[in-house]
Amino acid sequence: MKILVCISVVPDTTAKISFTDGDTKFNKAGVQFIAGPYDDYALSRAVELKEQSGGTVTVLNVGDADAEPIIRKALAVGADDAIRVNAEPTDAYFVAEQIAAIARQENYDLILMGRESIDFNGGQVHGIVGELLGIASFSPVMKLDIDGTTARFAREIEGGKESLEASLPLVLGCQEPIAEWKIPNMRGIMTARTKPLKVVEPVGHDSLTQVTQFELPPAKGAVKMIPAEDAGQLITLLRTEAKVL
Amino acid sequence: MIATKPGASIKGGEFLIQDIPADSVFIPEEFGEEQRMVAATCEEFLNREVLPRMKELDEAKSYEPIVGLLNKAGELGLLATSIPEEYGGFGMNFNTSMLVTDKIGASGGFAVALSAHTGIGTLPILYYGNEEQKAKYLPKLATGEWKAAYCLTEPDSGSDANSGKTKAVLSADGKHYVLNGQKMWITNGGFADIYIVFAKIDNDKNLTAFIVERDFGGITMNEPEHKLGIKSSDTRQIFFNDCQVPVENLLYQREGGFKIAVNILNIGRIKLSAACIGGAKAVAAQAIQYAKERKQFGTAIASFGAIQHKIAEMAVKLFASESATYRAGQNIDDAIQALIAEGMPESEAKLKGVEQFAIECAILKVHGSEVLDYVVDEGVQIYGGMGYSADAPMERAYRDSRINRIFEGTNEINRLLTVDMILKRAMKGQLDILGPAMAVSKEIMSIPDFGAEEEEGLFIKEKKVIKNLKKAVLMTAGAAVQKFMMAFDKEQEIIMNLADMLIEVYAAESALLRVEKLIGIKGENAVAVQKEAALVYLHEAVEKVAWAGRQAITSFAEGDEQNVMLLGLKRFTKIDPYNLKEARRRIAHAALEAGGYPF
Repeated sequence: MKILVCISVVPDTTAKISFTDGDTKFNKAGVQFIAGPYDDYALSRAVELKEQSGGTVTVLNVGDADAEPIIRKALAVGADDAIRVNAEPTDAYFVAEQIAAIARQENYDLILMGRESIDFNGGQVHGIVGELLGIASFSPVMKLDIDGTTARFAREIEGGKESLEASLPLVLGCQEPIAEWKIPNMRGIMTARTKPLKVVEPVGHDSLTQVTQFELPPAKGAVKMIPAEDAGQLITLLRTEAKVL
Repeated sequence: MIATKPGASIKGGEFLIQDIPADSVFIPEEFGEEQRMVAATCEEFLNREVLPRMKELDEAKSYEPIVGLLNKAGELGLLATSIPEEYGGFGMNFNTSMLVTDKIGASGGFAVALSAHTGIGTLPILYYGNEEQKAKYLPKLATGEWKAAYCLTEPDSGSDANSGKTKAVLSADGKHYVLNGQKMWITNGGFADIYIVFAKIDNDKNLTAFIVERDFGGITMNEPEHKLGIKSSDTRQIFFNDCQVPVENLLYQREGGFKIAVNILNIGRIKLSAACIGGAKAVAAQAIQYAKERKQFGTAIASFGAIQHKIAEMAVKLFASESATYRAGQNIDDAIQALIAEGMPESEAKLKGVEQFAIECAILKVHGSEVLDYVVDEGVQIYGGMGYSADAPMERAYRDSRINRIFEGTNEINRLLTVDMILKRAMKGQLDILGPAMAVSKEIMSIPDFGAEEEEGLFIKEKKVIKNLKKAVLMTAGAAVQKFMMAFDKEQEIIMNLADMLIEVYAAESALLRVEKLIGIKGENAVAVQKEAALVYLHEAVEKVAWAGRQAITSFAEGDEQNVMLLGLKRFTKIDPYNLKEARRRIAHAALEAGGYPF
């Protein structure tokens, strides 16, 4: 089985967010980048599937050369090889187009990625990739087993869980607890440097969307504690100060 | 008197008599991607598996949780970093194994259990075992399938390690050594599968080491010791009662045990410094976070100068310790590579490389453990009343820290060793301190050089200060040795003073060299705060050297001799005034901004 895992490179969850260029660009200065945590779960499951029944796992990232340490970390976790599309991942369609272009050449049985990246949280790439390739896509997938050419998986839906079955090939947006979280071990780190990392140039359109402005949410105000005996005051404050009632 | 030598050929102890060029020292900023990935794995492992359980581990009534964590560390390969690939390890270089120790260092008792296994438990076999012993034991130790412990200390034999009473007697059929004796403070003792045991064969003067498997029988043990700190590690008294050790399990050679103990301790000492750095960084981060959150008088206590002073001092001391530790770590790696290139077998080269820098190892052990103790002490203080509560993390960190000044040779023993090793090397002609010391004694009799023609360049003045501090050490040591001659070793107070001077010189110089190198790589603006840290440390080091020097000189010199030496000391501990309060504030702001150790 051939599995492609797409990973996004996103700011660490504790990074301070600010903008430049008249609030149209994310300010990368001093920010620590990581692989998207949902993508990490997708990768972990891909590695588990490979360990169970063989096959190959290829990691794909659309990004610049700064992403390579993060890509090599994915190789250390257990992927066999990696492809970096040498371009800024400007929007979901652009990224999906790159993934689809590579997938068309390689005929993967499974294309896994996180349910969404944790920077812009679009959650669209898996859907667009499915459309571009003319294969089914599902998200968010929390459990995944492969039986021959059939995938059995579970998905979170409003108020419950849905168990599904579909034929490969598939595109799946994943989230925990699809796999055990994997920390790269020493052997993985030592072998990562010998695994191929291919760099290819992007194809297709430039970005179809354009950011006019980013805005930070208002800073959190101080918490006001109300003594239990004055509980009635809470209603007054919610009306007059918070103005939510 | 001081010549410049390229880094690769620098020998242990030579920092005292050489000008060290900045581009010859390794700085932690130079760790490569693979090493950073190794460090990230350690951090992730700690953050996910160990740190959230620190309180539970501290209070655990059994060793099961620690054994479970060691097994997980084994699965990640963290027990095998130093073991060569042919024995199932990863053959990483010395400084990378230091980085692993640094990262794991934040985990208190777990870090001690892990180091006891990978260090004193495994390394004697790795470095002194024969081929059969290595093939039999190392692969199992690499994965953690077998755990190791090290049995040297006895109830009446601590710092005086060679005085142990445990006996080994060859059996009548010549197939076994029969071991009898008692060992104490054995880390991992309760669950170890193999023990490195030191004993004397018959009436030998010196110790011999044995690899003892738990299953050999004749091993009994007490309940775990009740300790002040690192409670999650399992520490026991172990008794050997007619324990039958096959003759092939004698390690290295008869009466070679003391040499093993000494050389393995050298490695343990520098690694202890790395572990202390890791522990201190974690504590500093918590204290800094608390200072930002804790409000008094209507504002976060982090905004108060008194608290900022503490935060800055934590960062400054850590910066110096970290700079010195990785500098020496790379010196060791370079020495190992040079010896291998000369044709020495790898395991022998590794030992010799470390032995070459045994002086620095002892210096670092003292410095690292005292920096950690400073950081936990001020950490408790920043937490205030909560610092004294067992429900907040400082109380445990404070208890856990204390052992570091005791094990791997007490800090007193290591201070004695630092000076002793320098003098021994000087007498053997391996370290030329006699010439430089004589030059200094001449210099103090002459008119001071007011340095009319100032050289141009980075840190010219500061380097002059370092050079002078070295002269202060040489002057004081030279005069003291001359005064007491063969009875010098009875003057432990003076030796302590000299060791303190040496330690400060090495740490201050390391911090300054790191910043000089960093400026070359990143430019002065990018490392302005590091520069402040190095300068603050240097100023403090000057005060300490002056203080210790005065203690020493006034204890053995009198009259004119004393006057001349005190004037010389004054000359050698001169430094231009600097506004340290403002410098510390800038460092504290950087630490508060970073939410922890900022470098």
